[in-house]
Amino acid sequence: MKNKLLARMARLGGLSSALLLAGCELDVLDPKGPVGEGVKSLILTSTVAMLIVVVPTIILSLVFAWQYRQSNTSAEYLPKWCHSNKIELVIWGVPTLIIIFLAVITYQTCHSLDPYKPLEAEATTKPLHVEVVALDWKWLFIYPEQGIATVNQLAIPVNTPIDFVITSDSVMNSFFIPRLGSMIYAMAGMQTQLHLLASEPGDYLGESANYSGRGFSDMKFRTLAVSGDEFNAWVDKVKSSSEQLDSQTYPKLAAPSEANPVEYFAHVEPGMFNTIVAKYNNGMVMDKNTGQMIQVQSAMSDMNMKE
Amino acid sequence: MLGRLSLSAIPLDVPILVGTFLGVAIVGLAVLGLITYYGKWGYLWKEWFTSVDHKRLAVMYIILALVALFRGFADAIMMRTQLALAYAGNPGYLPPHHYDQIFSAHGTIMIFFLAMAFMTGLFNFVVPLQIGARDVAFPFLNNLSFWMTAIAFILVNVSLFIGEFSQCGWLAYPPLSETQFSPGVGVDYYIWAIQLSGVGTLLTGVNFFVTIVKMRAPGMTWMKMPVFTWTAFCASILIMVSFPVLTVAVALLGLDRYFGMHFFTNDGGGNQMMYLNLIWAWGHPEVYILVIPAFGVFSEVVPAFSQKPLFGYGTMVYATCAIMILSFLVWVHHFFTMGAGPDVNAFFGIATMVISIPTGVKLFNWMFTMYKGRIQFHACMYWAVGFMVTFTIGGMTGVMMAIPGADFVLHNSLFLIAHFHNVIIGGVYFGYICGMNFWFPKVMGFKLNESWGIRAFWFWFVGFYFAFVPLYVVGFQGMTRRLNHYDNPAWHPWLLVAEVGAVLILFGIVCQLTQLYVSIRDRNLPQNRDVTGDPWNARSLEWSTSSPPPVYNFALVPHVHELDAFMHDKENGIDTRRAGGPYEAIHMPKNTAAGFLVGAFSLVLGFAAVWYIWWLAAIGLIGVIGTVIARSANKDIDFYIPAEEVARIENEHSRKLMAQAAE
Repeated sequence: MKNKLLARMARLGGLSSALLLAGCELDVLDPKGPVGEGVKSLILTSTVAMLIVVVPTIILSLVFAWQYRQSNTSAEYLPKWCHSNKIELVIWGVPTLIIIFLAVITYQTCHSLDPYKPLEAEATTKPLHVEVVALDWKWLFIYPEQGIATVNQLAIPVNTPIDFVITSDSVMNSFFIPRLGSMIYAMAGMQTQLHLLASEPGDYLGESANYSGRGFSDMKFRTLAVSGDEFNAWVDKVKSSSEQLDSQTYPKLAAPSEANPVEYFAHVEPGMFNTIVAKYNNGMVMDKNTGQMIQVQSAMSDMNMKE
Repeated sequence: MLGRLSLSAIPLDVPILVGTFLGVAIVGLAVLGLITYYGKWGYLWKEWFTSVDHKRLAVMYIILALVALFRGFADAIMMRTQLALAYAGNPGYLPPHHYDQIFSAHGTIMIFFLAMAFMTGLFNFVVPLQIGARDVAFPFLNNLSFWMTAIAFILVNVSLFIGEFSQCGWLAYPPLSETQFSPGVGVDYYIWAIQLSGVGTLLTGVNFFVTIVKMRAPGMTWMKMPVFTWTAFCASILIMVSFPVLTVAVALLGLDRYFGMHFFTNDGGGNQMMYLNLIWAWGHPEVYILVIPAFGVFSEVVPAFSQKPLFGYGTMVYATCAIMILSFLVWVHHFFTMGAGPDVNAFFGIATMVISIPTGVKLFNWMFTMYKGRIQFHACMYWAVGFMVTFTIGGMTGVMMAIPGADFVLHNSLFLIAHFHNVIIGGVYFGYICGMNFWFPKVMGFKLNESWGIRAFWFWFVGFYFAFVPLYVVGFQGMTRRLNHYDNPAWHPWLLVAEVGAVLILFGIVCQLTQLYVSIRDRNLPQNRDVTGDPWNARSLEWSTSSPPPVYNFALVPHVHELDAFMHDKENGIDTRRAGGPYEAIHMPKNTAAGFLVGAFSLVLGFAAVWYIWWLAAIGLIGVIGTVIARSANKDIDFYIPAEEVARIENEHSRKLMAQAAE
């Protein structure tokens, strides 16, 4: 019964939003992955539930205002009337029921759409690990399994769960690919996690959703969702680059730059991401599987810290 | 000698700022010249600047708020114009350095100096009159509060022409606002402006809390208190509880910047999220501080013009108190995306939604107040009905963002910008302007022009939808806030529509100015004068005294028998004024220059501290302390208005009332 109602409401929501926004492409409501799909259906369901109160409220305010205008002397006038238990019951009751409904789906979706939760697809498909570092003002992507790194370009194989670990080596940013779903903050000395999956090939905009200073507007990257073969070809292309990312070249990359072009690094020093996190924590980093703090040992430990 | 200050701090290379400076200088000199020419300095000083009369302070607060509106709106339309232009390779006309200052200043000014000042102005005017008091509990502190707010606004505007303003957004999130990433004076201007105005706001909260608790007319029990006073009471509690948190958060940021400490830095054990928690532990109650009094305005206006009591008074009071308490339990919804676990997010998301229940109930109460009424479509009612429609939509988008799963794609997008302008323009601003139209005759003794008021409403109302519905759409298209330029062709047409909206709102502001001008010009026309003091046949005590009220408000403190005290008296033939006396001498506070002087020295202190001119800062600080000591030692702070003088003023008003009744 409830499911039927939900499905009908979601259909209604889909229909009305399609009507309202015909001819205009809405990235967030036209997702290319399961996380985005989940968010979309959540937005539509909650909107429809709220419209149950919102639409009558707006209509009734206008109708009452018009009906009881002073010039309409045929309307009933009760100059003393100011209380009705029945009306009170309805105006407290109906919004309360809707909020109870929304609270239930909020609790459920907080868990089902938790950005830290591995996607269901991980049961069948081995996830790809990507480490993301927000710099002034560009995104660094490290592929630890492939041993490569890129700037402002993220390639991912379709239908493969991507496990992102995200930090910042500067101010706070927010890592966001609207077509794929959720965002999460990037903060120095801390690691956040995000799980996304692209179910369709495409070239999707990635951006920072948290203002980070002068070069913020150009802090964008392209997300290339490609087939497995194309992804491997892309990895080979990155590996053919002459650039390397290590304790020598990193400070130059980390220095502030605006509208940074795409860069490829054929080789990245192992443990680089942990070193970047650890330099704000006296050389310690939290192991995200065990929650234990561990000492980072690396050639980069003595890397110059930005004061 | 001059710390960091040198000639290079003056932005002579930015033509927009040079032009603005010339404009401000010419208008400023013209105003000063006119005041001097007409010899009004003494009058301004004696009757206004040093006044401790809550009604005078209210007028000054609202003038300050309107000036802040112009500055804040100028920032807004510059931003919209930049985004209408800066597309596909065109950098626009505002480079990031300037643009980032503008959006930071826009938010800071609109919240702290438009909304807070307007709200305090309404409190000042209405609350003492509505509870039958002769002034607030601490009249001198009231004057001091005003000057602290005013000089903080001056400090923000000084940053336009000397140095720069913050480029870190209106809440100056660290670590961006730390010295490492923002070495200039911008953030320091921000810190000092917030701290100095914070003193004023905190004192206002204390003042009105005590006033409402201690100074209600005899017989006005809690549940006979008008709803606007209830909302002022709740907002005062929120101010007292939340503003110290803001002061501490910004002070810690100041310690980081001035003394190299590490509260919110990346390194040295600092934690930026601690600042986010603190700032929003203030920031979320703050939006309710602003909107609850707006709810109070509608709760006075809708019954008055529907010619009917407010529907569900008790519900309204409990809903207001519920909102007050809940507003402290929701701050994390401003940063669901920081990666707190699903249970934390679910708690704060659901707590946020729960607020929509009492808020929704209020909307229904106003609706059922209109139901079976006889609604007079005065300009106030346009703002009120416009509010009900607009605020409902804003509430809905707010609940959407309260669902963490949905917030993960809407956070920090232009959807968010559209949402909070939807509630702040559609709720707070519509409410305050509604209140201004409603109480203006009480303040000035003549009504505001109706047709210009209605025109202003329509421009604002339509302009709002043009300006912000497109932002909802581009929010869904993934456009994040605070972008200076972009290259996505899908966003551009919507941002052009938003620009049209901003221009419509500009027309709305022009109509409001015209409304003021026309009203002042025609103030002596008989249909515009408010002789009775009760132009709307309204319900609460402020309408029982003359317009404008005498300095002592009530010659004899009224006795309250019922909710809607004045309406009860009118219906039962009771003379609330008890005209004819016997009158007694009335004890009044004397005007004082101390508030102005503390403000002036604080401005010196703030400016000097921004520029590291330590000797000047010391002078400012010593000046503040010295003035406070001198004021505390001064025993000559009160006087009596003789009974004969009171009788003369009251009899004069009675004569006018009788002449009016005879017509």
